[in-house]
Amino acid sequence: MKRLAKVLTAFAGVMLSGAASAAGGHALPYEYNADVSNVASLQRGARDFMAYCSGCHSMKYLRYNRIGKDLQIPEDLLKSSLMFTSDKVGDQIHSAMPVDKAKTWFGQTPPDLTLETRARGVSWVYSYLRTFYVDPKRPLGVNNLVLPNASMPHVLWSLQGWQVKVEHEGEHAAEGHHGAPLKLVQQGSMTPDEYERFVGDLVNFMAYAAEPGKMHRTAVGYKAMVYLIVLLVLCYLLKKEFWRDIH
Amino acid sequence: MDTGRRRFLTLATTGVGAVGVGAVVWPFLASLRPSEKAKALGAPVTADIGGLEEGQMVTLAWRGKPVWIIKRSQEMIASLTAVKGDLADPESEVDHQPKYAQNETRSVKPEIMVMVGSCTHLGCSPTFRPDHPAPEIAPNWQGGFYCPCHGSKFDLAGRVYRGVPAPTNLVVPPYRFEGDREVVIGEDQAAA
Amino acid sequence: MAIVPNPYKTTGLLGWIDDRFPLTKLWRDHLTEYYAPKNFNAWYYFGSLALLVLVNQLISGIVLAMHFKPSAAEAFGSVEYIMRDVPWGNVIRYMHSTGASAFFIVVYLHMYRGLIYGSFKKPRELIWLFGCLIFLVLMAEAFVGYVLPWGQMSYWGAQVIISLFGTIPVIGPDLVVWIQGDYIPADATLNRFFSLHVVALPFVLVGLVVAHLIALHEVGSNNPDGVEIKKHKDPETHIPLDGIGFHPYYTVKDLVGVAMFLIIFVGVICFAPDGGGYFLEKPNFQEANPLVTPEHITPAWYFGAFYAMLRATPSMFGSALPGVIVMFGAVLIIFFLPWLDRNPVKSIRYKGNLTKIVTLLFAIDFLMLNYLGMQPASVLYTMLSRIGSVYYFLFFFLLLFIHNFEKSKPVPERVTG
Repeated sequence: MKRLAKVLTAFAGVMLSGAASAAGGHALPYEYNADVSNVASLQRGARDFMAYCSGCHSMKYLRYNRIGKDLQIPEDLLKSSLMFTSDKVGDQIHSAMPVDKAKTWFGQTPPDLTLETRARGVSWVYSYLRTFYVDPKRPLGVNNLVLPNASMPHVLWSLQGWQVKVEHEGEHAAEGHHGAPLKLVQQGSMTPDEYERFVGDLVNFMAYAAEPGKMHRTAVGYKAMVYLIVLLVLCYLLKKEFWRDIH
Repeated sequence: MDTGRRRFLTLATTGVGAVGVGAVVWPFLASLRPSEKAKALGAPVTADIGGLEEGQMVTLAWRGKPVWIIKRSQEMIASLTAVKGDLADPESEVDHQPKYAQNETRSVKPEIMVMVGSCTHLGCSPTFRPDHPAPEIAPNWQGGFYCPCHGSKFDLAGRVYRGVPAPTNLVVPPYRFEGDREVVIGEDQAAA
Repeated sequence: MAIVPNPYKTTGLLGWIDDRFPLTKLWRDHLTEYYAPKNFNAWYYFGSLALLVLVNQLISGIVLAMHFKPSAAEAFGSVEYIMRDVPWGNVIRYMHSTGASAFFIVVYLHMYRGLIYGSFKKPRELIWLFGCLIFLVLMAEAFVGYVLPWGQMSYWGAQVIISLFGTIPVIGPDLVVWIQGDYIPADATLNRFFSLHVVALPFVLVGLVVAHLIALHEVGSNNPDGVEIKKHKDPETHIPLDGIGFHPYYTVKDLVGVAMFLIIFVGVICFAPDGGGYFLEKPNFQEANPLVTPEHITPAWYFGAFYAMLRATPSMFGSALPGVIVMFGAVLIIFFLPWLDRNPVKSIRYKGNLTKIVTLLFAIDFLMLNYLGMQPASVLYTMLSRIGSVYYFLFFFLLLFIHNFEKSKPVPERVTG
């Protein structure tokens, strides 16, 4: 009995914090709609994911040859530019990092990212990648707006540069930042616009990876709709015809 | 009551409905085909045959089935002609081998035999019996494969003997050579 | 021994069968000569739609069970395997997951239909009881099915629901361990839930559906006017004057309902299978982790109302048992409806305004509770949940006497419209 009381209290507490974070969820610094039909963007995203993310993060449910097929990448290019940890195109994407080392380096194993955009939401991942900021209080010297005390380092700093948190809301609004109370103090190799597009490509690819069958099911859906409307019309006429006996 | 109209609508709805049912049944049947995982596991396999000695056999798995690679000696190759009279399909007319292996030795290189090791009767894996004479198998036994399940006999090119349960020759998988030392099972050789 | 010829005088293959098996008899008794009132309205679609969804769940479920691995280590991965590696696996999986939600939508509407037109009243009490049992088994089926993908929601949902049994005095804690087969929901739990989900519960469900239909065809269908069509039969043919053969009239009519339903159902499957996060919840895309409860966790939407009532009930005497009693009571009280509603009038059409108002309020109350069950428990929401829970039960007791305070309209002899 106590156990249930405990579970329910924990549940209620979790819900409350969930409400807080859901409220925060609505107030994510950036909103983003993934476009999984933009093949060029997906190709760039796949390349960038393999280059910057796959060292630590796996996508253990996604096979290379599936990427090749869906993103129209020929096999030789797939092998030379995307496949770093395997030589079999039917393999799934495993990270290069040994699990035990990861634990000592970051305190936890970097999570598998296949389903990240479905579990967290596209806008969350997009905001996460754009809101790292310098925080000397953290072991790695960086923190994140949407995942406070994240244990991941800002691996994209060389592209984005460094941001700092702006304490006064008015100040950053005055400076014309759209979403996050962050200010770029040292630019990386990309301009803010380039970095924005870079993250967009990456998130598009991750959204694709979370559900590679999405394009297929929507394509099936359109055909099914056309069919069902024809069927509905026929059934309706048939019903009317038979029911003339009754009225 | 307009029977013509009623008939037409009934038939039209039935027909369109049947198409719909078919369109629903298809995905369910299709879902039972080998999955991407099964295909990945059934991908071509590469065997290193550089160290293979004459008369030696290695077995490896391709799509879960045993595949034999044997380096045939000159004597073994010669035996293929000697047994010809006892065989059911000596010219390999049944399409159980790629076109490039439809020859006397049923292989790309005469000395290298590549064969799926499943009996064409009911799928047991025959035993490699290079020893001869072996009168308990056949009076004119020149070496070959003997299936322990139902007694089917094959020569050293996987050709089936007459009068045994197995109806056809053993299957030669698609394969190609990669350099001198490696053979890739599951991929056809480029057109010569 | 000579065969007694069948009374239908069928010949050929059909005749051969009819001499040995009542094929023509079944066809006539349950379709062409099952006379249903001619005044069914749109509410009457939901019965046949429930059957359609059941068939959808059975067929998609059979195929999913061929690919799914019922073990804690492999379940989550095998669902993604179905979603990615199995040809058409994603569509089949969405048919099943969307089908679960569709089942409850259709069944809730079907039950509400029964409520407003008095379809549970004499002589249809057993139809109602079989229906309630179907609903109960369906809830169990949905719950154990929800655990199978072994995501975070699966796991923590199982944790909370199984814990409910822990509130039973004396045997509770041991019962929980026995249900789980472990000290937490674990591999053994998943494995047995799989067995229940694919073998035991569907078996019971189908059996109950058959019983539900046999009972229905024994006494005949009710209708929106709540009048008995069997009271006025043709003196010659003995066919009810207001009855029409179920086939072809209601089969063709139900086809229209089926086509409309499929447009919505297939639309959700193909364009929004997550159902906005309600049909497939976000945390369930993370594999179960017994050490971390996800931040925002809710029961599946179709349990929302019952969950809200559970949460709204304060613990008493240091026990959470009252909440559990309230929750299960909310399901059980539905069974007693035929004996709680004392109104001699069946259909809402001819009941007084008071009954109309309390019935409409009940529907709103149920929707509100369902919504609240999905929301975090704030002070306001808890208060609303409590008011909603009280009204939920109050409604059933109001039905005992409320008709004494209102004026009913005269019920016609024959069906209208």
